[in-house]
Formats: sequence, C-alpha cells, structure tokens
Amino acid sequence: MTNRDQKKVWREKRKMLEKEKNKESIRVGVFVCHCGTNIGGVIDCSALAEYARMLTNVAFSEDNQYTCAETGLTSIKTAIKEKNLNRIVVASCTPRTHEPLFRKCVSDAGINPYLFNFVNIREQCSWVHMDYPDAAFEKAKDLIRMGVAKSIMLQPLEMIKIGVTQEAVVIGGGISGMNTALSLSRQGFKTHLVEKEYILGGRLNSLYKLFPHDTEASELIEDVKTKINNSKNLKVYTEAVVKSVDGYIGNYNIKILQLDRIIDLKVGTIIVAVGASLLIPENLYGYDGKSRITQHELESKLKAEEKISDKIVMIQCAGSRIKERIYCSNVCCMTALKNALIIKDRKPDSNITILFRDIYAPGTYEDYYRRARESGVLFIKYTEDKLPIVEETQVKVFNEYIGEKMILPYNLLVLSTPLIANYDNKELSQMLKVPLEPNNFFLEAHVKLRPVDFATEGIFVCGSAKWPVDVSESIVQGLAAASRASTIISNKNLNFSGSIAEVEESKCNGCGDCRDACVYNAVEMVETRIEFKAIRDSFIPSTALIKHKSKVIPSMCKGCGVCVGICPVGALSLKNFTNEQIGVEIESYLS
Amino acid sequence: MVEQIQETYFPKILTFLCNWCGYAGADYAGVSRYQYPPSIRVIRVMCSGRIQPSLILDAFNRGTDGVMVCGCHIGDCHYISGNEYAEERVKKTKKILEMLRIDPNRLRLEWISASEGIKFAEVVNDFTNQLISLGPLKKES
Repeated sequence: MTNRDQKKVWREKRKMLEKEKNKESIRVGVFVCHCGTNIGGVIDCSALAEYARMLTNVAFSEDNQYTCAETGLTSIKTAIKEKNLNRIVVASCTPRTHEPLFRKCVSDAGINPYLFNFVNIREQCSWVHMDYPDAAFEKAKDLIRMGVAKSIMLQPLEMIKIGVTQEAVVIGGGISGMNTALSLSRQGFKTHLVEKEYILGGRLNSLYKLFPHDTEASELIEDVKTKINNSKNLKVYTEAVVKSVDGYIGNYNIKILQLDRIIDLKVGTIIVAVGASLLIPENLYGYDGKSRITQHELESKLKAEEKISDKIVMIQCAGSRIKERIYCSNVCCMTALKNALIIKDRKPDSNITILFRDIYAPGTYEDYYRRARESGVLFIKYTEDKLPIVEETQVKVFNEYIGEKMILPYNLLVLSTPLIANYDNKELSQMLKVPLEPNNFFLEAHVKLRPVDFATEGIFVCGSAKWPVDVSESIVQGLAAASRASTIISNKNLNFSGSIAEVEESKCNGCGDCRDACVYNAVEMVETRIEFKAIRDSFIPSTALIKHKSKVIPSMCKGCGVCVGICPVGALSLKNFTNEQIGVEIESYLS
Repeated sequence: MVEQIQETYFPKILTFLCNWCGYAGADYAGVSRYQYPPSIRVIRVMCSGRIQPSLILDAFNRGTDGVMVCGCHIGDCHYISGNEYAEERVKKTKKILEMLRIDPNRLRLEWISASEGIKFAEVVNDFTNQLISLGPLKKES
C-alpha cells in the first residue's frame, strides 16, 4: 500500500468516526398524537410511544391527546429544553396541513425547523385500516421507525428570501371576486380584476331579490360597482380571459387576452373567483322553457314583472343528488322558497306546491321556511327511488309522509336545477397547477383548516368556483380570500423552503442534463477553474482546467428534484429528500 | 378489501407518493375513510420525477414485494413535467427488473389526483391482490 492509499484509508476512517460521533449526539424526541379518538380509537398510542423509545437515538417519547393543541405544543417545547432534544418526530396527521405549525413550534424552541419530521398515522393509517387495528398498529410502528431513521439523517437548512410583487389579480368579476378585489384595493394593494363578460356582476346580474331580507340584487350590484369605480388602485378588465400563467408565489406573470390584445400582468398572488354555471336541464322532467322552466327562468320572469300562472309545482333536486351529479347544490332550496314567497306576496291566492327530498334551510334561514309554510305553500316529500312523473298538465308524485300517490295539476312547472362547474375550469386549473374535485369545482387545501387556500401557496379560491354558495357566503369567502392573499402581498420579501437542490461540484461532469430538465431555469452551467498543483520532484508543472459545472440558483429552485433523478453521476441532491435520507427510510422499513 | 389477511404471506409494498397528487389522494382516501389493505408504507417525495431507479432497485434488493410510484396525471404535474420523467424512468426500471428476473409487474406506476381517494384505495387493493397471487419475492433468482 502506498502512502497515498494509506492516507485515503485514514481519511475515510476519520469521516466514518465523525459521522458516528455526530450520530451519538443526536437526540430524537417522538410525540405520538391520539387526535382524540381518530388515531387513539384504532391504535394504542401509548404503546407506540413505548415502542419509539426503544429505537436508536430516541431520547424521549410521549403520547398526547392533541399534539397540535396548545398543551401538546408546550410539551414539545419543554421536552426540547429539558431533554436537550435536537430532532423532533411527530406521529399524527398529514404534513400537508400541520407541518408548518410544528416547524414553527420547534423553531420557537430554538431548533432548526428542518430538523422536524412528520409521520402520518391518521390519514394513511388509522382512518384507512379501521377494520384491522393490529395491522394498523404494526404499520404505525413501521412508519415511526422510518420517520425516526430519516430524522437522524436530517440536516439544518436555511430559508431562502424572495422579493414579492405587491399586486394581486382576481379572476372573475362576480359578487365574490368584486368584493375580494375591493377589499384588496382598499388595503392599498394594486389589484387587477379580470372578467370574462362585458359587465361586472356575474350571476347576480340576472337575479331579482336576495334571501333572506329580500334586498334587490341590482341595488347590491350598483353599490359595489360604484365603490369599484371610485377606488384608485383597482383596474378592471372586462371581456378578458386568462391565457397563460407563469411564475410562482410572489412573482406571477399572467397573460390575459382582452378582445384582441394581450396584456401582461405581474402580480404576487392570484385569486380564483370564477363562479359556477347553470345547468340547462335538457330531457329532465319535460323541460321546454315555456310551461316547464328552471328556477332561474322563473326569477327572470318575476324580475320582468311578467304574469305568472297561479298553479305552480316546483321540483327540488332536479338534476342534483343523483348518480351523475351526487352533490347538493346548496342554494336551490332557498331560491325556491324565495320565489314562492315573492309569488305569494303578489298574488296570495296562487297555488304553489314544492316537491322536495330534503329542505336545506340552516340557521336563521329556518324562519324563511316557516314564513313560506305560513303563507300557504304546500311541501311534499318525495324520495330518490320514487321520482315525480311529469305529464302534460299534471304531476304524479308519491307523498312520502302520507304514503300515497298524489296528482297535482299545474300551469307552470319549475325545476330547481343545480349550479354546475364552468366548462373551462379544467383549462384554468392546469394553467394554475391547482386541483379540481370530481365534479370539476376547484378543490381547496382543506375544507375546514384552509377553506379559501389552494395547496399551492399563493393562489386562493372563493365563491361558487369551489362549491355552489349563496350571495352572502360568496361575499364572506371573497373577503376571506382577500385577507389570506394580503398575508402574501403585504410582505416585501418572503421566506421560502430551504429544501432545494444542490450540486456536489467535484462529481459533476458538466453534461447539462439537469439544466435541460429544469422547467424553472433554476440550473445554470458555470465555467469552473480546476487547479492542479505541480507534483513535487517531477516535471509536471501546475496547470488549470476550465470545465462547465452546473449550479443551482436557490431563489428559482422549487425543490421538485427532477434534476436529482436525471443526474447520471449522482452529483445533485435535493435537501431534505436526499438519497441517503430516502435510503434509510427504505432500509429501516425492510430491515 | 382483501378477503382476509393471510397469516402466511402478506406483501410489503413500498410506495413513493408525490406531495401534491399522490400523497394528497392518499390523504383524501383517509378523510373519506375508504378502507384499503395495510400493505403499503409511504415515502413522501415532492415530485414523482425525483424517484431514481436506484431507489426502486434498493427497495427490491432489501426484500420488498412490490414498489408503487404515484404522481399527478400527465399535464397536471405540480412541477409541469416531472411526472413525464417518472414515467420514462419507471419504464426503464421495469426493463432492469426483467433482466434481474424480477416480475416487472411488481413495480407499478399510477396517476392519482388529489381528489381520487377512491382510486387510490382501489389501486392499493388491486396491487395487493396482484402481489398475493404473484407470491413473495424470491431471493435467489
């Protein structure tokens, strides 16, 4: 063995020893959450905590009723201080909702937030293996073992600072979008409101009166429009559609097509308020638009003060809560009650029957329902398996309450049809990289915890774009979205995940595959000078080589890791998801 | 659901889920309480394009019975085109598995969107049944 080889062996040995030494100083704390009975009802959490204590490097473990509650977070903080922990593993719900909370908690306690690791034993264990509690327990043990193994390999990372364009774009100028834009502009942010139609107002333009206070829709619209016209930093683009979206949170480039010109917008955040469409009920209960119309058409007739015939039958859930469209459209019950009351007001002796499956009139809306009953509107319950049969001048229905067939003559049949998702939602969702739910409405990050956020940071949703909602709810959601969006654009700079790719320069052979694969242009090739020292006692002089090496631009990197996968020599690694880290997860599961 | 958890052989499936679609879909399955067999262990990655053949081969080398990779549907990738790389790599890895005389059906690629909880549960169920019929991975071959 030559001297050089000997040195190499020593160097490797020293590295190994250092690694071992580092490992010894690692003290992992494991916190297992019961989540009430969500996890605790299936898996024995205290036994899991016991198990975790036996794993290598685990210095402390406990089970909490709710780790995400104040008491749970405090117990993490105290354990960090008292037990001198430097890695934290929480086994509870999904990182998609709770990771930021726990990261903040450990960082408050003085640990780098990236030394925290999440183990999902609720969504992906206790909730999906309720029938096999023993197997679920074994799985949870595996998952915790994998999580602890990964946590040992975690490295502290620094956040990355990125500048923010303090402007917003709101897509959709309905009542929800208008309120969002108005609220943002009033907070002092330059806001762009993009509307597909030639006027603002959306669905509200065709409505007559609004429940539950019977205010005129046109009054509300005029009020908001005046405010919009008077606001200084709000720009409205009518007859405009979004053509393309580039960029990321804080820095979006949006191209919109207004009539025949393209306008470029640079904004920091995007709010989707595109609303929903009306279902045209073809082949449904003999719909013809004349004597058999939709609730919406009836409303237009009322608005135009047209004469309404006096024998009216309304059918609720026409085209919704069925196999093809399983959802409840949320607004049709109240719309039917409202229109029935308006007709009754005008002509108290008119004969109105509402055929319903369930009446949805929550909270104070219940009073509205009571008023309708008091005014003499007749309510008849039918079920999904015995749908009403519509004939030329009469409707046959099986009354669920009295258990008998009834024949109702009518002059006007009104169908309460649902709101459906816009046909172009798919296109927009692909541009924005946000998901749709099975009925093609936009899917929020979490129905309760983040109701107007998308999982993609920096993009928000409000109003009927994500689910049919009434006007007051649309306004509330619009304001909520504005408030969430302002948390982004009120900052001049934002801190971003430090989990990005990095290059090990000595391994890089400069092929450039990573640069070609990166869609964010975050990898560039730089010329690097490699110096060679002259070898002692030989004739070889000192030289230098110029080689191309790849380099990651931290502020552009989104941390997907596509470049890592493509690198033929393994020079790239994605921080927080390195080969070693994933490797130990695999190893600890299968060993 | 698998009829009964067999005492003798129950497959181990290592699953790579992308953060935005696969993992979200698995979460959605949980929130909706769609039940599936407890055969999978999940490793979360940010994008299915991060998966390298070496990771999959490592898993087989250590004795997993199957590997599943889930990403966003083509065209829906959160990182624009990461899943296309995943598709290509999984195809190549299947060829390597063939060379190693491992049934390439033990490696499965699925596109699962954030709302396809039911599909995720079905896929896990189906893959588990498939692996049960294939039997355990034999070391010697």
